[in-house]
Amino acid sequence: MNRSLSIRLAPWVFTIALLVLWELAVALLRIPVFFLPPPTAVARATFEFWPAIYRNSLFTLATTMIGFALAVGFGLALGLLVGWSRTIYAGLYPLMVGFNAIPKVAVVPILVLWFGIGFVPAFLTAFLISFFPIVVNVATGLATIEPELEDVLKGLGASKLDIMQKVGIPRSLPYFFGSLKVAITLAFVGSVVSETIASNYGIGNLMLQAQAQFQVPLIFAGLIALAVEGIVMYWAMAVLERRMTGWAQRSGFAQG
Amino acid sequence: MSAFVALEGVSHVYGGAGGTLAVEGLSLSVERGEFAAVVGPSGCGKSTLMKLATGLQFPFKGTIRIAGEAVTKPVKIAGMAFQAPTLLPWRTTLENLLLPLEIVQPHRSQLSRKKGEYVARAEKLLASVGLGGVSAKYPWELSGGMQMRASLCRALIHEPDLLMLDEPFAALDAFTREELWGVIRDLHAARRITVVLVTHDLREAVFLADRVFVMSARPGRILLERRVHFERPRDLEITYTPEFQAVAHELREHIHKARQ
Ligand SMILES: Nc1ncnc2c1ncn2[C@@H]1O[C@H](COP(=O)(O)OP(=O)(O)O)[C@@H](O)[C@H]1O
Ligand SMILES: [Mg+2]
Repeated sequence: MNRSLSIRLAPWVFTIALLVLWELAVALLRIPVFFLPPPTAVARATFEFWPAIYRNSLFTLATTMIGFALAVGFGLALGLLVGWSRTIYAGLYPLMVGFNAIPKVAVVPILVLWFGIGFVPAFLTAFLISFFPIVVNVATGLATIEPELEDVLKGLGASKLDIMQKVGIPRSLPYFFGSLKVAITLAFVGSVVSETIASNYGIGNLMLQAQAQFQVPLIFAGLIALAVEGIVMYWAMAVLERRMTGWAQRSGFAQG
Repeated sequence: MSAFVALEGVSHVYGGAGGTLAVEGLSLSVERGEFAAVVGPSGCGKSTLMKLATGLQFPFKGTIRIAGEAVTKPVKIAGMAFQAPTLLPWRTTLENLLLPLEIVQPHRSQLSRKKGEYVARAEKLLASVGLGGVSAKYPWELSGGMQMRASLCRALIHEPDLLMLDEPFAALDAFTREELWGVIRDLHAARRITVVLVTHDLREAVFLADRVFVMSARPGRILLERRVHFERPRDLEITYTPEFQAVAHELREHIHKARQ
Protein backbone atom coordinates (compact mmCIF):
# COMPACT_ATOMS: atom_id res chain seq x y z
CA MET A 1 0.00 0.00 0.00
CA ASN A 2 1.03 3.57 -0.72
CA ARG A 3 2.89 5.03 2.28
CA SER A 4 1.18 8.41 2.42
CA LEU A 5 -2.24 6.75 2.08
CA SER A 6 -1.47 4.42 4.95
CA ILE A 7 -0.46 7.39 7.08
CA ARG A 8 -3.67 9.15 6.10
CA LEU A 9 -5.80 6.15 7.06
CA ALA A 10 -3.90 5.25 10.21
CA PRO A 11 -5.83 7.50 12.65
CA TRP A 12 -9.18 6.10 11.48
CA VAL A 13 -8.01 2.50 11.54
CA PHE A 14 -6.58 2.87 15.05
CA THR A 15 -9.71 4.61 16.35
CA ILE A 16 -12.01 1.97 14.91
CA ALA A 17 -9.77 -0.80 16.21
CA LEU A 18 -9.95 0.70 19.70
CA LEU A 19 -13.76 0.91 19.55
CA VAL A 20 -14.03 -2.69 18.33
CA LEU A 21 -11.69 -3.90 21.08
CA TRP A 22 -13.70 -1.96 23.63
CA GLU A 23 -16.99 -3.45 22.38
CA LEU A 24 -15.56 -6.99 22.34
CA ALA A 25 -14.00 -6.63 25.79
CA VAL A 26 -17.28 -5.48 27.29
CA ALA A 27 -19.16 -8.33 25.62
CA LEU A 28 -16.67 -11.12 26.35
CA LEU A 29 -15.95 -10.08 29.94
CA ARG A 30 -19.65 -9.40 30.56
CA ILE A 31 -18.92 -5.96 31.99
CA PRO A 32 -22.19 -4.41 33.17
CA VAL A 33 -23.37 -1.34 31.31
CA PHE A 34 -23.42 0.81 34.47
CA PHE A 35 -19.71 0.04 34.94
CA LEU A 36 -18.38 0.45 31.41
CA PRO A 37 -20.91 0.84 28.62
CA PRO A 38 -19.89 -0.49 25.18
CA PRO A 39 -19.44 2.01 22.32
CA THR A 40 -22.78 1.00 20.82
CA ALA A 41 -24.56 1.97 24.05
CA VAL A 42 -22.66 5.26 24.11
CA ALA A 43 -23.70 5.90 20.51
CA ARG A 44 -27.32 5.16 21.40
CA ALA A 45 -27.16 7.57 24.35
CA THR A 46 -25.60 10.24 22.09
CA PHE A 47 -28.44 9.82 19.65
CA GLU A 48 -31.12 9.80 22.33
CA PHE A 49 -29.82 12.86 24.22
CA TRP A 50 -28.49 14.68 21.16
CA PRO A 51 -30.19 18.06 21.77
CA ALA A 52 -28.82 18.27 25.32
CA ILE A 53 -25.37 17.12 24.28
CA TYR A 54 -25.31 19.51 21.36
CA ARG A 55 -26.42 22.51 23.42
CA ASN A 56 -24.03 21.82 26.28
CA SER A 57 -21.14 21.08 23.93
CA LEU A 58 -21.58 24.44 22.27
CA PHE A 59 -21.76 26.08 25.66
CA THR A 60 -18.55 24.43 26.81
CA LEU A 61 -16.88 25.27 23.53
CA ALA A 62 -17.86 28.94 23.79
CA THR A 63 -16.73 29.12 27.43
CA THR A 64 -13.43 27.49 26.55
CA MET A 65 -12.81 29.76 23.57
CA ILE A 66 -13.47 32.91 25.59
CA GLY A 67 -11.03 31.78 28.28
CA PHE A 68 -8.57 30.76 25.59
CA ALA A 69 -8.83 34.10 23.77
CA LEU A 70 -8.14 35.91 27.04
CA ALA A 71 -5.18 33.62 27.64
CA VAL A 72 -3.79 34.36 24.18
CA GLY A 73 -4.04 38.13 24.64
CA PHE A 74 -2.76 38.16 28.18
CA GLY A 75 -0.14 35.46 27.59
CA LEU A 76 1.25 37.23 24.55
CA ALA A 77 1.46 40.57 26.35
CA LEU A 78 3.04 39.10 29.46
CA GLY A 79 5.42 36.99 27.38
CA LEU A 80 6.63 40.05 25.49
CA LEU A 81 7.02 41.95 28.75
CA VAL A 82 8.97 39.15 30.40
CA GLY A 83 11.12 38.72 27.29
CA TRP A 84 11.72 42.46 27.09
CA SER A 85 13.42 43.01 30.41
CA ARG A 86 15.64 40.82 32.51
CA THR A 87 14.45 42.59 35.65
CA ILE A 88 10.80 41.94 34.91
CA TYR A 89 11.72 38.37 34.07
CA ALA A 90 13.58 37.92 37.35
CA GLY A 91 10.72 39.48 39.29
CA LEU A 92 7.83 37.68 37.67
CA TYR A 93 9.24 34.25 36.97
CA PRO A 94 9.06 32.81 40.50
CA LEU A 95 5.58 34.29 40.91
CA MET A 96 4.39 32.69 37.69
CA VAL A 97 5.93 29.34 38.53
CA GLY A 98 4.26 29.43 41.92
CA PHE A 99 0.96 30.42 40.42
CA ASN A 100 1.22 27.69 37.84
CA ALA A 101 1.88 25.12 40.56
CA ILE A 102 -1.49 25.81 42.19
CA PRO A 103 -4.03 23.23 41.01
CA LYS A 104 -6.67 25.34 39.30
CA VAL A 105 -9.47 23.20 40.79
CA ALA A 106 -8.55 24.85 44.06
CA VAL A 107 -9.19 28.28 42.57
CA VAL A 108 -12.74 27.50 41.41
CA PRO A 109 -14.34 27.94 44.88
CA ILE A 110 -12.76 31.38 45.15
CA LEU A 111 -14.02 32.36 41.71
CA VAL A 112 -17.48 31.13 42.69
CA LEU A 113 -17.27 33.20 45.85
CA TRP A 114 -16.52 36.27 43.73
CA PHE A 115 -18.66 35.71 40.66
CA GLY A 116 -21.28 33.13 41.61
CA ILE A 117 -21.66 29.78 39.90
CA GLY A 118 -21.95 29.41 36.15
CA PHE A 119 -20.25 30.82 33.12
CA VAL A 120 -17.82 33.35 34.64
CA PRO A 121 -15.79 31.00 36.86
CA ALA A 122 -15.69 28.50 33.98
CA PHE A 123 -14.07 30.78 31.42
CA LEU A 124 -11.83 32.32 34.07
CA THR A 125 -10.59 28.87 35.05
CA ALA A 126 -9.97 28.09 31.37
CA PHE A 127 -8.02 31.33 31.13
CA LEU A 128 -5.99 30.80 34.30
CA ILE A 129 -4.98 27.29 33.38
CA SER A 130 -3.98 28.03 29.79
CA PHE A 131 -2.05 31.31 29.74
CA PHE A 132 1.12 29.99 31.36
CA PRO A 133 2.46 27.92 28.43
CA ILE A 134 1.87 30.89 26.12
CA VAL A 135 3.87 33.24 28.35
CA VAL A 136 6.72 30.78 28.71
CA ASN A 137 6.92 30.09 24.99
CA VAL A 138 6.82 33.71 23.87
CA ALA A 139 9.45 34.64 26.45
CA THR A 140 11.62 31.70 25.37
CA GLY A 141 11.46 32.82 21.75
CA LEU A 142 12.64 36.27 22.76
CA ALA A 143 15.30 35.04 25.15
CA THR A 144 16.97 32.78 22.60
CA ILE A 145 17.86 35.45 20.02
CA GLU A 146 21.39 34.68 18.80
CA PRO A 147 23.77 37.09 20.58
CA GLU A 148 25.74 37.57 17.34
CA LEU A 149 22.63 38.73 15.54
CA GLU A 150 21.88 41.11 18.38
CA ASP A 151 25.43 42.44 18.03
CA VAL A 152 25.02 42.96 14.29
CA LEU A 153 21.85 44.96 14.87
CA LYS A 154 23.15 46.93 17.86
CA GLY A 155 26.23 47.76 15.82
CA LEU A 156 23.89 49.35 13.30
CA GLY A 157 22.38 51.49 16.03
CA ALA A 158 19.24 49.40 16.50
CA SER A 159 17.16 50.23 19.57
CA LYS A 160 15.74 47.52 21.75
CA LEU A 161 12.38 48.09 20.12
CA ASP A 162 13.96 47.63 16.67
CA ILE A 163 15.50 44.33 17.71
CA MET A 164 12.19 43.21 19.20
CA GLN A 165 10.28 44.15 16.09
CA LYS A 166 12.69 42.87 13.45
CA VAL A 167 13.91 39.74 15.18
CA GLY A 168 12.33 39.01 18.56
CA ILE A 169 8.69 38.91 17.60
CA PRO A 170 9.00 37.06 14.27
CA ARG A 171 11.35 34.66 15.98
CA SER A 172 8.99 33.90 18.85
CA LEU A 173 5.98 33.32 16.59
CA PRO A 174 6.67 29.60 16.07
CA TYR A 175 6.99 29.20 19.84
CA PHE A 176 3.76 31.14 20.29
CA PHE A 177 1.76 29.14 17.77
CA GLY A 178 3.27 25.92 19.11
CA SER A 179 2.05 26.82 22.58
CA LEU A 180 -1.52 27.34 21.36
CA LYS A 181 -1.95 23.58 20.91
CA VAL A 182 -1.05 23.00 24.53
CA ALA A 183 -3.08 25.99 25.73
CA ILE A 184 -6.31 25.05 23.98
CA THR A 185 -6.20 21.55 25.49
CA LEU A 186 -5.64 23.01 28.94
CA ALA A 187 -8.44 25.52 28.43
CA PHE A 188 -10.90 22.63 27.96
CA VAL A 189 -9.65 21.06 31.18
CA GLY A 190 -10.25 24.37 32.98
CA SER A 191 -13.75 25.02 31.74
CA VAL A 192 -14.95 21.44 32.25
CA VAL A 193 -13.50 21.23 35.76
CA SER A 194 -15.29 24.43 36.69
CA GLU A 195 -18.54 23.32 35.05
CA THR A 196 -18.41 20.08 36.96
CA ILE A 197 -17.96 21.82 40.29
CA ALA A 198 -20.01 24.94 39.89
CA SER A 199 -22.29 25.42 36.92
CA ASN A 200 -25.72 24.64 35.58
CA TYR A 201 -24.51 24.46 32.00
CA GLY A 202 -21.95 22.76 29.86
CA ILE A 203 -20.71 19.25 29.28
CA GLY A 204 -19.14 19.12 32.73
CA ASN A 205 -22.48 19.80 34.32
CA LEU A 206 -24.26 17.38 31.97
CA MET A 207 -21.90 14.61 33.01
CA LEU A 208 -22.36 15.40 36.67
CA GLN A 209 -26.13 15.16 36.32
CA ALA A 210 -25.88 11.95 34.29
CA GLN A 211 -23.76 10.49 37.04
CA ALA A 212 -26.32 11.48 39.68
CA GLN A 213 -29.01 9.71 37.63
CA PHE A 214 -26.77 6.73 37.00
CA GLN A 215 -26.99 7.19 33.21
CA VAL A 216 -23.53 5.82 32.62
CA PRO A 217 -23.72 5.73 28.77
CA LEU A 218 -24.57 9.45 28.83
CA ILE A 219 -21.48 10.19 30.94
CA PHE A 220 -19.41 8.49 28.30
CA ALA A 221 -21.25 10.31 25.52
CA GLY A 222 -20.24 13.55 27.24
CA LEU A 223 -16.63 12.38 27.38
CA ILE A 224 -16.66 11.56 23.68
CA ALA A 225 -18.16 14.97 22.86
CA LEU A 226 -15.34 16.62 24.81
CA ALA A 227 -12.75 14.48 23.06
CA VAL A 228 -14.14 15.43 19.65
CA GLU A 229 -14.10 19.13 20.50
CA GLY A 230 -10.58 18.80 21.84
CA ILE A 231 -9.36 17.06 18.71
CA VAL A 232 -10.99 19.59 16.38
CA MET A 233 -9.57 22.59 18.23
CA TYR A 234 -6.13 21.05 18.56
CA TRP A 235 -6.15 20.31 14.87
CA ALA A 236 -7.26 23.86 14.08
CA MET A 237 -4.34 25.21 16.14
CA ALA A 238 -1.93 22.86 14.36
CA VAL A 239 -3.18 24.07 10.96
CA LEU A 240 -2.86 27.68 12.11
CA GLU A 241 0.67 26.99 13.30
CA ARG A 242 1.68 25.49 9.97
CA ARG A 243 0.08 28.36 8.04
CA MET A 244 1.72 31.10 10.09
CA THR A 245 5.21 29.72 10.58
CA GLY A 246 5.97 27.57 7.57
CA TRP A 247 9.57 28.81 7.57
CA ALA A 248 10.19 27.23 10.97
CA GLN A 249 8.99 23.77 9.89
CA ARG A 250 11.26 23.19 6.93
CA SER A 251 12.95 20.21 8.48
CA GLY A 252 11.73 16.87 7.19
CA PHE A 253 12.08 15.48 10.69
CA ALA A 254 8.84 16.99 11.98
CA GLN A 255 6.95 16.14 8.82
CA GLY A 256 8.10 12.52 8.53
CA MET B 1 47.38 61.19 10.65
CA SER B 2 46.11 58.92 13.40
CA ALA B 3 45.08 55.35 12.72
CA PHE B 4 41.57 54.49 11.59
CA VAL B 5 41.13 51.88 14.29
CA ALA B 6 43.17 52.55 17.41
CA LEU B 7 43.14 50.66 20.68
CA GLU B 8 45.51 51.79 23.40
CA GLY B 9 46.22 49.89 26.59
CA VAL B 10 42.75 48.40 26.64
CA SER B 11 41.71 46.04 29.44
CA HIS B 12 38.32 44.42 29.70
CA VAL B 13 36.68 42.27 32.36
CA TYR B 14 33.50 40.27 31.90
CA GLY B 15 31.13 40.04 34.84
CA GLY B 16 32.26 43.02 36.94
CA ALA B 17 35.18 43.24 39.35
CA GLY B 18 36.70 39.84 40.04
CA GLY B 19 35.29 38.49 36.77
CA THR B 20 37.16 37.07 33.80
CA LEU B 21 39.95 39.34 32.61
CA ALA B 22 39.54 38.87 28.87
CA VAL B 23 42.10 41.30 27.48
CA GLU B 24 44.77 43.33 29.27
CA GLY B 25 46.92 46.16 27.98
CA LEU B 26 45.82 45.52 24.44
CA SER B 27 47.10 48.01 21.88
CA LEU B 28 46.66 47.84 18.15
CA SER B 29 46.16 50.22 15.29
CA VAL B 30 44.91 49.72 11.77
CA GLU B 31 45.26 52.26 8.98
CA ARG B 32 42.39 53.37 6.77
CA GLY B 33 41.97 50.95 3.88
CA GLU B 34 44.22 48.39 5.48
CA PHE B 35 43.40 44.70 5.78
CA ALA B 36 44.35 43.54 9.28
CA ALA B 37 44.18 39.99 10.58
CA VAL B 38 44.19 39.00 14.24
CA VAL B 39 45.23 35.48 15.13
CA GLY B 40 45.58 33.86 18.52
CA PRO B 41 44.69 30.81 20.57
CA SER B 42 41.06 30.07 21.25
CA GLY B 43 39.60 32.03 24.15
CA CYS B 44 42.34 34.67 24.09
CA GLY B 45 39.93 37.55 23.61
CA LYS B 46 39.68 37.97 19.83
CA SER B 47 35.90 38.31 19.82
CA THR B 48 36.21 40.63 22.80
CA LEU B 49 38.55 42.79 20.74
CA MET B 50 35.89 43.00 18.02
CA LYS B 51 33.19 43.94 20.50
CA LEU B 52 35.37 46.60 22.08
CA ALA B 53 36.31 48.10 18.73
CA THR B 54 32.68 48.32 17.64
CA GLY B 55 31.33 49.72 20.90
CA LEU B 56 29.35 46.65 21.91
CA GLN B 57 31.46 46.35 25.07
CA PHE B 58 33.33 49.06 26.93
CA PRO B 59 36.75 48.64 28.55
CA PHE B 60 37.49 49.56 32.14
CA LYS B 61 40.92 50.77 31.10
CA GLY B 62 42.42 52.24 27.94
CA THR B 63 41.02 54.15 25.00
CA ILE B 64 39.47 53.12 21.73
CA ARG B 65 39.15 55.41 18.74
CA ILE B 66 37.52 54.75 15.41
CA ALA B 67 38.09 57.30 12.65
CA GLY B 68 39.54 59.62 15.26
CA GLU B 69 36.51 59.52 17.54
CA ALA B 70 36.38 57.92 20.96
CA VAL B 71 34.00 54.98 21.02
CA THR B 72 31.23 55.61 23.53
CA LYS B 73 28.35 53.81 21.84
CA PRO B 74 27.97 51.19 19.09
CA VAL B 75 29.91 52.28 16.02
CA LYS B 76 27.63 52.74 13.06
CA ILE B 77 30.28 52.85 10.37
CA ALA B 78 31.09 49.18 10.88
CA GLY B 79 29.61 46.13 9.21
CA MET B 80 29.93 42.82 11.03
CA ALA B 81 29.89 39.16 10.11
CA PHE B 82 30.44 36.15 12.33
CA GLN B 83 31.07 32.44 12.07
CA ALA B 84 27.33 31.79 12.05
CA PRO B 85 25.68 33.56 9.11
CA THR B 86 22.72 34.56 11.38
CA LEU B 87 20.40 35.24 8.47
CA LEU B 88 16.74 35.50 9.44
CA PRO B 89 14.99 32.34 8.25
CA TRP B 90 11.65 34.06 7.67
CA ARG B 91 13.16 36.56 5.25
CA THR B 92 14.37 35.94 1.71
CA THR B 93 18.02 36.62 0.93
CA LEU B 94 17.09 40.00 -0.50
CA GLU B 95 14.99 40.93 2.55
CA ASN B 96 17.87 39.82 4.78
CA LEU B 97 20.19 42.17 2.92
CA LEU B 98 17.78 45.05 3.36
CA LEU B 99 17.62 44.55 7.14
CA PRO B 100 20.50 46.94 7.98
CA LEU B 101 18.87 49.60 5.80
CA GLU B 102 15.72 49.30 7.89
CA ILE B 103 17.80 50.30 10.92
CA VAL B 104 20.67 52.55 9.91
CA GLN B 105 20.03 56.22 9.19
CA PRO B 106 19.70 57.91 6.73
CA HIS B 107 18.58 54.80 4.83
CA ARG B 108 15.92 53.97 7.35
CA SER B 109 13.80 57.01 6.58
CA GLN B 110 14.46 56.77 2.84
CA LEU B 111 13.78 53.07 2.47
CA SER B 112 10.17 53.18 1.38
CA ARG B 113 10.81 56.09 -0.98
CA LYS B 114 13.94 54.67 -2.58
CA LYS B 115 13.04 50.99 -2.35
CA GLY B 116 13.85 50.31 -6.01
CA GLU B 117 17.26 51.88 -5.69
CA TYR B 118 18.11 49.86 -2.58
CA VAL B 119 16.89 46.63 -4.10
CA ALA B 120 19.08 47.28 -7.14
CA ARG B 121 22.04 47.93 -4.84
CA ALA B 122 21.41 44.66 -3.00
CA GLU B 123 21.07 42.69 -6.23
CA LYS B 124 24.31 44.17 -7.51
CA LEU B 125 26.11 43.35 -4.30
CA LEU B 126 24.79 39.78 -4.40
CA ALA B 127 25.94 39.41 -8.00
CA SER B 128 29.40 40.70 -7.05
CA VAL B 129 29.91 37.81 -4.63
CA GLY B 130 28.56 35.25 -7.08
CA LEU B 131 25.04 35.10 -5.68
CA GLY B 132 23.20 36.48 -8.71
CA GLY B 133 19.67 35.10 -8.93
CA VAL B 134 19.26 33.86 -5.35
CA SER B 135 17.65 36.99 -3.93
CA ALA B 136 14.19 35.40 -3.72
CA LYS B 137 15.50 32.27 -2.01
CA TYR B 138 15.26 31.69 1.72
CA PRO B 139 18.51 31.22 3.68
CA TRP B 140 17.82 27.55 4.32
CA GLU B 141 17.68 26.98 0.58
CA LEU B 142 21.33 28.13 0.33
CA SER B 143 24.48 26.14 1.06
CA GLY B 144 26.71 27.14 3.99
CA GLY B 145 29.09 28.99 1.68
CA MET B 146 26.26 30.87 -0.02
CA GLN B 147 24.80 31.84 3.36
CA MET B 148 28.19 33.23 4.36
CA ARG B 149 28.36 35.25 1.17
CA ALA B 150 24.90 36.63 1.86
CA SER B 151 25.98 37.44 5.41
CA LEU B 152 28.98 39.36 4.04
CA CYS B 153 26.65 41.25 1.73
CA ARG B 154 24.43 42.13 4.68
CA ALA B 155 27.49 43.50 6.46
CA LEU B 156 28.32 45.68 3.45
CA ILE B 157 24.91 46.84 2.25
CA HIS B 158 24.98 50.16 4.12
CA GLU B 159 28.46 50.81 2.69
CA PRO B 160 30.36 50.88 5.98
CA ASP B 161 33.94 52.15 6.13
CA LEU B 162 34.97 49.32 8.38
CA LEU B 163 34.28 45.61 8.04
CA MET B 164 34.71 43.45 11.15
CA LEU B 165 34.87 39.72 10.52
CA ASP B 166 34.97 37.28 13.44
CA GLU B 167 36.10 33.87 12.19
CA PRO B 168 33.66 34.13 9.31
CA PHE B 169 34.91 31.08 7.46
CA ALA B 170 35.59 28.75 10.37
CA ALA B 171 32.51 26.61 9.79
CA LEU B 172 33.07 26.08 6.06
CA ASP B 173 34.86 23.30 4.21
CA ALA B 174 38.34 24.00 2.86
CA PHE B 175 37.31 24.56 -0.77
CA THR B 176 34.46 26.91 0.05
CA ARG B 177 36.70 28.76 2.45
CA GLU B 178 39.32 29.39 -0.24
CA GLU B 179 36.61 30.56 -2.63
CA LEU B 180 35.45 33.06 -0.03
CA TRP B 181 38.98 34.31 0.52
CA GLY B 182 38.81 35.38 -3.11
CA VAL B 183 35.45 37.06 -2.50
CA ILE B 184 36.71 39.01 0.49
CA ARG B 185 39.96 39.94 -1.26
CA ASP B 186 38.00 41.36 -4.20
CA LEU B 187 35.53 43.22 -1.98
CA HIS B 188 38.40 44.81 -0.11
CA ALA B 189 40.13 45.79 -3.35
CA ALA B 190 37.00 47.14 -5.00
CA ARG B 191 35.70 49.17 -2.06
CA ARG B 192 38.91 50.37 -0.43
CA ILE B 193 37.33 49.41 2.86
CA THR B 194 39.18 48.80 6.12
CA VAL B 195 38.93 45.19 7.21
CA VAL B 196 39.67 43.58 10.56
CA LEU B 197 39.55 39.81 10.29
CA VAL B 198 39.76 37.52 13.30
CA THR B 199 40.78 34.01 12.40
CA HIS B 200 42.65 31.01 13.69
CA ASP B 201 43.73 30.00 10.21
CA LEU B 202 47.24 31.27 9.54
CA ARG B 203 47.11 30.70 5.78
CA GLU B 204 43.94 32.76 5.69
CA ALA B 205 45.54 35.56 7.70
CA VAL B 206 48.71 35.69 5.61
CA PHE B 207 46.91 35.38 2.30
CA LEU B 208 44.41 38.18 2.98
CA ALA B 209 46.08 40.64 5.32
CA ASP B 210 48.48 43.53 4.96
CA ARG B 211 49.33 43.08 8.60
CA VAL B 212 48.89 40.16 10.99
CA PHE B 213 48.59 40.64 14.74
CA VAL B 214 49.34 37.69 16.99
CA MET B 215 47.59 37.66 20.35
CA SER B 216 48.73 36.02 23.58
CA ALA B 217 46.66 33.54 25.58
CA ARG B 218 44.06 35.08 27.89
CA PRO B 219 44.24 37.81 29.05
CA GLY B 220 44.91 38.76 25.47
CA ARG B 221 47.34 41.38 24.26
CA ILE B 222 49.29 41.79 21.03
CA LEU B 223 52.49 39.73 21.08
CA LEU B 224 53.62 40.43 17.58
CA GLU B 225 52.80 42.47 14.54
CA ARG B 226 53.92 41.16 11.18
CA ARG B 227 53.65 42.99 7.86
CA VAL B 228 52.83 40.85 4.86
CA HIS B 229 54.28 42.30 1.67
CA PHE B 230 52.99 40.03 -1.05
CA GLU B 231 51.85 42.07 -3.99
CA ARG B 232 48.15 42.58 -4.65
CA PRO B 233 46.07 41.29 -6.25
CA ARG B 234 47.16 38.00 -4.73
CA ASP B 235 46.43 34.70 -6.34
CA LEU B 236 45.66 31.63 -4.26
CA GLU B 237 48.74 30.05 -5.85
CA ILE B 238 51.01 32.18 -3.69
CA THR B 239 49.95 30.18 -0.65
CA TYR B 240 52.07 27.33 -2.04
CA THR B 241 55.24 29.39 -2.49
CA PRO B 242 58.17 29.00 -0.06
CA GLU B 243 58.03 32.73 0.81
CA PHE B 244 54.42 32.42 1.89
CA GLN B 245 55.09 29.25 3.82
CA ALA B 246 57.98 30.94 5.60
CA VAL B 247 55.75 33.75 6.86
CA ALA B 248 53.04 31.35 7.96
CA HIS B 249 55.61 29.18 9.66
CA GLU B 250 57.16 32.09 11.50
CA LEU B 251 53.73 33.14 12.82
CA ARG B 252 52.97 29.60 13.80
CA GLU B 253 56.05 29.48 16.01
CA HIS B 254 54.87 32.57 17.85
CA ILE B 255 51.39 31.21 18.39
CA HIS B 256 52.87 27.98 19.62
CA LYS B 257 54.81 29.94 22.20
CA ALA B 258 51.74 31.99 23.08
CA ARG B 259 49.83 28.86 24.01
CA GLN B 260 52.30 27.91 26.70
N1 LIG C 1 29.81 37.41 27.55
C1 LIG C 1 30.83 36.91 28.27
N2 LIG C 1 30.70 36.77 29.62
C2 LIG C 1 31.72 36.28 30.35
N3 LIG C 1 32.90 35.88 29.86
C3 LIG C 1 33.09 35.99 28.53
C4 LIG C 1 32.07 36.50 27.67
N4 LIG C 1 32.53 36.50 26.41
C5 LIG C 1 33.79 36.01 26.48
N5 LIG C 1 34.13 35.70 27.75
C6 LIG C 1 35.43 35.17 28.20
O1 LIG C 1 36.44 36.05 27.77
C7 LIG C 1 37.52 35.33 27.22
C8 LIG C 1 37.78 35.75 25.80
O2 LIG C 1 36.68 35.37 25.00
P1 LIG C 1 36.60 35.65 23.44
O3 LIG C 1 36.89 37.08 23.22
O4 LIG C 1 35.29 35.15 22.96
O5 LIG C 1 37.78 34.73 22.89
P2 LIG C 1 38.08 34.26 21.40
O6 LIG C 1 37.14 34.94 20.48
O7 LIG C 1 39.51 34.63 21.17
O8 LIG C 1 37.94 32.77 21.38
C9 LIG C 1 37.17 33.86 27.36
O9 LIG C 1 37.84 33.35 28.48
C10 LIG C 1 35.70 33.84 27.56
O10 LIG C 1 35.34 32.78 28.40
MG1 LIG D 1 35.68 34.19 19.20
